[in-house]
Formats: sequence, C-alpha cells, structure tokens
Amino acid sequence: MQDTVNREQDAADRATGYRMEARQVSKIFGTHKALDGVDFGLLPGEVHALLGENGAGKSTLIKILTGAYQPDGGAIFVDGEEVHLTSPLQAQTYGIGTVYQEVNLLPNRSVAENLFLGHQPTRFGLVDRRRMDREARVLLKRYGLDIDPSSELGAHSVAVQQIVAIARAVQLSGKVLILDEPTASLDRDEVQRLFEVIASLKRDGLAIVFITHFLDQVFALADRVTILRNGRLVDTRRLTELSRTDLVRKMLGKDIAFSGSTSLEAERPPTELLLDFKGYGRKRSVRPFSLAIHKGEVIGVAGLLGSGRTEMARMMFGIDPADEGSVTLSGKPITVKSATEAIGHGFGFCPEDRKADGILGDLSVRENIVIALQGKLGWFRALNRDEQLDLAGQFGEAMDIRAASLDMPVKLLSGGNQQKVILARWLATDPAFLILDEPTRGIDVGAHAEIVRTINRLRDDGMALVVISSEIDEVVAYSSRVVVMRDREMVAELKGEDINPAVIVQAIATHGENSEFEAEVTA
Amino acid sequence: MMRIPLARLVNTQTIALVGVLLLNWILFPGFFKIEWQDGRLFGSLIDVLNRGAPVAILAIGMTAVIATKGVDLSVGAVMAMAGAVAATLVVGGYPGWVAVAGALTVGLLCGLWNGALVALLDIQPIIATLVLMVAGRGIAQLITEGSIVTFSDPTLVFIGTGSFLGLPMPVVIALALMILVTLAVRKTAIGLFIEAVGVNRSAATLAGIRSRLLLIAVYAVSGLCAAIAGIIVAGDIRGADANNAGLWLELDAILAAVIGGTSLLGGRFSIVMSVVGALIIQAMNTGILVSGYPPEFNLVVKAGMITLILMIQSPFAGRLLTWFGRNRRKGA
Repeated sequence: MQDTVNREQDAADRATGYRMEARQVSKIFGTHKALDGVDFGLLPGEVHALLGENGAGKSTLIKILTGAYQPDGGAIFVDGEEVHLTSPLQAQTYGIGTVYQEVNLLPNRSVAENLFLGHQPTRFGLVDRRRMDREARVLLKRYGLDIDPSSELGAHSVAVQQIVAIARAVQLSGKVLILDEPTASLDRDEVQRLFEVIASLKRDGLAIVFITHFLDQVFALADRVTILRNGRLVDTRRLTELSRTDLVRKMLGKDIAFSGSTSLEAERPPTELLLDFKGYGRKRSVRPFSLAIHKGEVIGVAGLLGSGRTEMARMMFGIDPADEGSVTLSGKPITVKSATEAIGHGFGFCPEDRKADGILGDLSVRENIVIALQGKLGWFRALNRDEQLDLAGQFGEAMDIRAASLDMPVKLLSGGNQQKVILARWLATDPAFLILDEPTRGIDVGAHAEIVRTINRLRDDGMALVVISSEIDEVVAYSSRVVVMRDREMVAELKGEDINPAVIVQAIATHGENSEFEAEVTA
Repeated sequence: MMRIPLARLVNTQTIALVGVLLLNWILFPGFFKIEWQDGRLFGSLIDVLNRGAPVAILAIGMTAVIATKGVDLSVGAVMAMAGAVAATLVVGGYPGWVAVAGALTVGLLCGLWNGALVALLDIQPIIATLVLMVAGRGIAQLITEGSIVTFSDPTLVFIGTGSFLGLPMPVVIALALMILVTLAVRKTAIGLFIEAVGVNRSAATLAGIRSRLLLIAVYAVSGLCAAIAGIIVAGDIRGADANNAGLWLELDAILAAVIGGTSLLGGRFSIVMSVVGALIIQAMNTGILVSGYPPEFNLVVKAGMITLILMIQSPFAGRLLTWFGRNRRKGA
C-alpha cells in the first residue's frame, strides 16, 4: 500500500545504498509463519526503529539479521553483496553487532576484560593488562565514560554496562549495530545518556537498528521506522512523515485509547470491605501500614524502585510473611504465612520478574495456565488432560493469548503473551484479590492495552486488585485509590482529585532527594 | 494420556533397547531362548531383567529426584546400609518381615535427611547427598562390624532369588514399583508439580505448590527405592557386603534416568523410560558377558553405546533431523 511518493523515496534510499538489506525474508516454525516475505533496508548513518506488536516478528527478523536464525526464504545483503549468515559470531565478521536487553557480559570481570575478551592485547603470549586498561580508557572516553577500566563490570549501573556492551559490539563489528530493547531497564537519565552515545555513533556513519516499546523514544531518536504485524511488513517510513496516531494504528491495525490524565474511577462509591490490613509490617522490609481494600477496587501502588512496593506485595501474598499487625478477610481474622495459604484465601500474585518467578518455561501453555488451580486443588485431585485443555482454552481466549498451540512450551511465546498466560493462570483460580507487580513492564503496546483492559474488567466484575506500576499515567487511569511508597513506608493514600500525575510525583519526590525518578512516563 | 500408548513407546530409548538386544542376539544366538524350569523362566533375557532390576528400582526414585533439578548420590550407600540393617536383624534373631521393615525405615530416614538438607537448608543436591554417599557406606560398615554378614532367612532369600508367576522376584518388585510410582505421579498432580518445581522452583512456589514438602517426598521415595534395591541385592547373595553392595550404582541410576530422557536441568520425566534406560545398561553388561568377551571390554563398550544414545538425543541431532527432513521435502 505504498504510494508513489513513498516509492520514489524508497528508490532514492536504494540509490544511496543500503548498508544491510533483507529481501523477502521468511521464517517458518512448524506451521507458523513467523516472518512472511519481509523487506528491510538499513542505511548507513541512520537509526532505524523496528516496531510491532506481540508476535509481529521483530525478534525473528533480528535473529535472522544477526545470523542466529537462518531464513527459510529470501536473502540478506551487506553492502550490496549477498551473504549467508550462519551464526552471530560469523555475522560479526560482516560488521554486524548486537546488544541485548539483558547485558550479555561477565559481571565479575573487569570493564577492560569485557571490552577485549577474546582479543586481548598480549605481550610475550600473556595478556598485557596495562596496555589493555590503557586502550580501554581511551575507548571508554569516546563513549563519555570516565570509569576505571580495571573495576569490576558488575559494580557499575546497568546503563554503564549497556554502554560497555555497545562499545564492545561496535569495536568488534563496526558497520551495523542492533539494539534490542536497550532502554528497558534504564531510568530516565540513563536513557538520555544512552541516546547521546547512539546519536554520536550515528554521526560516525554506523547503521543502527533500534527496538523499543517506548514510542517517545522512537520519536526522539529514530530517523526511519519499520512496522511489522503478524510476520508481515506493514510499512517503512521516515518518522517526519508519520504522526503518533498513525504509527500506533499501523502497529495495531486498530486504535487504542490513550488515557486522560485524571481518574475515572475515583468517584465510585465504596463497596463491601474485603481485606483490612492493620499495622501490617515486616522487620527490615516494610514498615507497618494500614490499608482497607474493598471489592471492585483497584489500589494503585506508586513508588520508586526499592521503595518497598515489591516487598509490600510479597508480604501481602505471604512469600515473606508479615511479623507484625493483622489482617481480616471479610471481617474474619486470617494469617498469610505462605503463598499456598494466600491462594487458599483467594489471593493471586503476578510477580515483577516474569522469567524468574512467573513462567515455567519448559512446560506447556496449558500446564502454565492450570498450575495455580491445580496447586489449590492439591496433590490428589488432579485435573485430567481434557479439563486442563478446557480451562487453558477458556482462559487463554479470555486473555487473547496468541499461541500456535496450547501444548507448546510457554518460553517460546513473546513477553506480552507470557504475561497474559500468568494472568490467565490466576483468573483460572477465580481469585477475590489479585496483586499485580508491574504487569505491563517490557511488553508491547498491544498486550499493554489488553492488560489494562483486563484490569478494568476485573475491577468492574467486583475483584479487588493491588497494582504496582512505574507508569504513572497508567496508575492514574485505572486506580480507585493510589498509595505511595517511599523508603519502605506507605507515605500517602490518595483519593479523588488527588489521583493525578502531579500529586503522585509530588508524593514520591518529597524527601526522596537521593533517589532518582525512575518511572517512564509514556503518552 | 493413555490414548496412543503404542505410538508413545516407539522412541529413541526403546529403539536403542531393541538394537542392543539384537546385537546381543547376533553375538550370542541363544540370547532370546527362554526355558521353563522348576516353575520359573530361565534365559539370557530373563537374566537381563533380573540383573537390571536393582538399577531399575534406583532409577525410578532417581528420575523423580532429577526431574526436580536434583540428584541423589547416596542411593548406592543407602543400599549398603539397608542390606546391612536387614542382615544384622535376621542374624540377631528377628523375623524376616521385621528386617525388611527395618531396612525400609532406614531408607526412608536417609531420604528424609537428604530431602531436609535440600528443601529446608537449600543445600545443593549434589553436595547434600554426597554427605550420605560417603557417610552411609561407613555406617553400613559399622553395622556389619566390617565383615560380610551372611544369613539364610527365607523371606530375604525369597526377595532376592525367589520367583512369582514364573518371574524372578526382583523383576516382579521392579515392575510393580514402576507401575505404582507411574500411577502415583501421573494419576495425581504430583508429576506436574515435580516438573514445575524442576523447571522453576520459585515460580512453582508462587503458584501455590508446596515445593519444600514435594522435594522432601521425592528424596524420601528415592531413599525407599534404594532400600528395596539393597534388600534385593543382600537377599540375592544371602549376605550384606557393606563394602561392595550398591557400589557405583548411583551412577548407573543417573545414567538410566538420563538415557530415559530426563534432563539433569529438571523438568520433563518418564519413569518407564528410565526403567528402559536401566535395561539398556544391563543388556550391554549381559551381552558382553554372554558373548565371551573379557569383562574389561564392558566399560569401554558401555561408554561408547551411551555416547551414541546421548548423541541421538542431543539438540544437535534434532537440528540435523529437521535439516534432512527439509532437504527431502525440497527434493521432492
């Protein structure tokens, strides 16, 4: 659906010569077409954003460009020459380097060793540590890093590690740099710092592929954008030709509603009291707090990383049980000393770290969905296969999980779909109270909207929810009340008109002078 | 789950077992000959089953442990302890069933100890069970006071050498145990929970699985299996040899589980396939013996076969297969 202007532009781009090009690449997994005849051209000296929803084919395309996957159809060109990339290591020899979201370096070795690992300068056959450190220092300067090259990499912030990883990739490859969600775990200042590095690499003529979920960052950094949907190319455009709404529409094939800035939920009259925490706390973890939670209410939890918000969630769910205070459920005093006990009371918990605490990677989507309900039923009342398929189908559909089969390992799904699986797992237990810790972190726009919709739906169905999020706009949009955590203490409970970003930020920031504002404000 | 049992039985493990058995048949034409004598079956094939039973029994418990991302190195030593306790009890005048109960109790306690170290103190399984692997054999030697305690108690001798419906008792016990444990894990949710804990213990715990209790139970079952194997081995030789009973058998049991397709990283497991794995190992041992090669060949041939089986199961072979499949489709 490209118009003539675009085609001329395209021809002009081609004339200037792509640094790297994928023509009509396809990739098939079983019967599923992960990529279907996609064209992708990368110019020298540009930042090219790659966008798409869950399962759009972004990571498959990246893996083909870096040689981790071989395409089932189509061809790859570097500087006009066709190449056959067989491994990331071999792709490096063509000048293609990649930096992933999780830094793939050795945290317990020095910065210099990480930069030069595999090709250290040697002297008499031994590593010339002094020369290595000297060269590392020069290299790091170029990236605006003034750190001791002999210091341990792990001692530095994620942002610094990310820049070291970029320096290493550029050093080794030097033509094409692929950045796969490099900003996902960075705070705002760190993102800024990373952007400066990327901009300077771009000026040096490097061709950069940039993958992110943050539209703001796309508009701030990218020159062109390629949008994929369901394995097909939707469009490649200059960002100057594209409005934000156009971009989102192209990604989703539909419009998603961006929230207003005040809560629609604040005015709702209070309903039946479900949980009443009184003086609830845990030594060296969360200071005692009191909180009453009603049915059909979303309690938003705002606060910085390390403010005690995750600790509060873990304590409510009995993973790190409270050692003071009390809690009642529908008026009756209860104890919550373990996750099993919490689930018995009708609680559910989606943890922040999906991979470490959420999914059972090697097990099937079906088993991942039924596991909590089966845990509740116990060892001896086993759900048979048909019942499992039935449940998984029902809740998978309710959460719009896109999986080729319910029997495929859950680790093969995208992050957004994995998060939906974990939500489906809890919904299958029919919980009265659900705790969600950063349910929308690191997932794409479509899944994000889906999860926000689910939160609203569950609240309207009468469930009580506690939702922790660093996205203030999001918290504002769905919360009936907002509690603010700071220094392991509940410092504010905001209602009505006070549920707006300015007041929340104010509450987080007061006295919080030595902590950084880490929330990523989108929209 | 039981809808297509025949198709499920055709896999790497069963093909390997058939291959090894056929190889035995080529080397020793009388291999498949089975005779009925004195009310029981005799033949090389029966011998493979009989000799393979102790490792198969160990492998049943080991598989569950490995599926939780653990390992139980102590099973060989627990065998020696169970044998020593049973022998000492009957020599001390107690009836056979008391000796069996005593030995099983010792196995259970050993398993609980291992489970407590792993589940409650969070000690790495390989280290936690190493404690008993070393100490257990010492304890067994203390029980037997350093000598081989011989006995002729009919109950123990029957367990080691008797027969039931024509099959040797060790085979009957292994078979019964295999069916029992398979039903216990697959007809309940225990199998799913074991796999969940093995894949991601933290996530499994957060999903409400009592992972500590499960781990303790799994090691307890492994200890019980080791005790049963220990009683069989003692009954077979009519004596408890604390130095040699079950020596290195933990390694055969681990191997059987791995050949059976259970990953040392935990997760998916099949008790039946582990028993098949144990039989593959025993078929190789027996094959080398009956074909008249010196037993020194045994270890080398065994290592070669195992390498082959593991290569067939490796992800690399999987990729190779898809590659061949694709090329064939292209060619057509």
